[in-house]
Amino acid sequence: MHELSLAGGILRLLEQTRERDPFERVIHLRLEAGALSGVEPSALRFALEAIAPGTCLEHATIDIEEPPATARCMACGQSVTIRSRLDPCPICGDFGLQATGGTELRVMELQVI
Amino acid sequence: MCVVCGCSHTPASPSDPNVAVHPATGDLHFGAGEARVSVPGMSQARAIKLETDVLGANNVVAAQNRAHFASHGVTAYNLVSSPGSGKTTLLCATIEALKKRRPDVALAVIEGDQQTSFDADRIRATGAPAIQINTGKGCHLDAPMVAEAFSRLDLHAAHHHAHEEPHHGHSHDHPHAAPTLLFIENVGNLVCPALWDLGEKAKVAILSVTEGEDKPLKYPDMFAAARLMILNKVDLLPHVSFDVERCKAYARRVNPGIEILELSATTGQGMGAWLDWLLQDEHEHPHEPHHATDALHARIAQLEAELAQAKAHITAQPAKA
Repeated sequence: MHELSLAGGILRLLEQTRERDPFERVIHLRLEAGALSGVEPSALRFALEAIAPGTCLEHATIDIEEPPATARCMACGQSVTIRSRLDPCPICGDFGLQATGGTELRVMELQVI
Repeated sequence: MCVVCGCSHTPASPSDPNVAVHPATGDLHFGAGEARVSVPGMSQARAIKLETDVLGANNVVAAQNRAHFASHGVTAYNLVSSPGSGKTTLLCATIEALKKRRPDVALAVIEGDQQTSFDADRIRATGAPAIQINTGKGCHLDAPMVAEAFSRLDLHAAHHHAHEEPHHGHSHDHPHAAPTLLFIENVGNLVCPALWDLGEKAKVAILSVTEGEDKPLKYPDMFAAARLMILNKVDLLPHVSFDVERCKAYARRVNPGIEILELSATTGQGMGAWLDWLLQDEHEHPHEPHHATDALHARIAQLEAELAQAKAHITAQPAKA
């Protein structure tokens, strides 16, 4: 379950942010897991809740947005949005899609006090 | 409502949600918010925009690894597969074949497993230096683990020793005469290792024909991340129901640019093409960062797509008399 490693990475990012810009704790955390990020949002939420006690993330609410990924179709040349690597081009039906975005897991914003 | 001034008889809730009103006395408490302090003009909670990639820290170390490998004349490949695909057997066979074909090429292996040093022991038995990384509960290698292992490889030490010769201070900016191939055998897992860049030149996904031909569709992230797919154990094809062409089509569906080789590490079938693939670009400039060629490939793909779009546009235009 790589979501636990990723949760650790998120917590490190929060701690680093707190060193630069001190706050007491995070009350709300907004994440973005692209459709091709390889991240299962429910597993990530479970992992974050598991490591939160005793950290600045304790009692925080967490939002994980899942924007669709973007790809370029090699057959018709259009930029399209896809939800999975198995999707065909929604315009021409070809499978020759080159993913151009939606592979990242990002910490977007925190609400802190 | 008050008939004199029009104010509301019962005061509404205070406009600032952080102000607490005592229910009996109407006393106001401005420090009742979550921070227990009131700062005029500022909400108690504040927002910090980050928009930061969670894997950014790993990717920084991966970029350092990539630069470090390049400065040592090392080409690194990240071998990924499910457990039991024959990665270690393939590596042992590859090392033996390379020793015969190209004795000038130095070889080294970083082995990743949850527990035991069985695989590194098998590699060391071939005479090649190997370091075992045990990830414990971890399901993949990450860039800092590889950086640590690389610094402990004999190969690395040998290079540094050479650097310490008189008039030859430790410099990271000259090519070494002997090229080096570094194989990083990742933890057997077709999911997580797809996400972690280790600084490799390419990921090589190994799929044995005793597994299902639909694995590229079941684990698309890994086959999308790999530059080469090796179909291993092809000597067993007569005994299993594995549709090679369908498997290739599935792999190309998730990764149109993937290269594919069929081989058997046991019989040696297809090993020549695999060695050719490994050695194909040793004449590339050793200091050219790999991501530069990646960017070029991406740019070519983008231009091709734009060309296709322009052509489609021209054909859609009505012909002028």
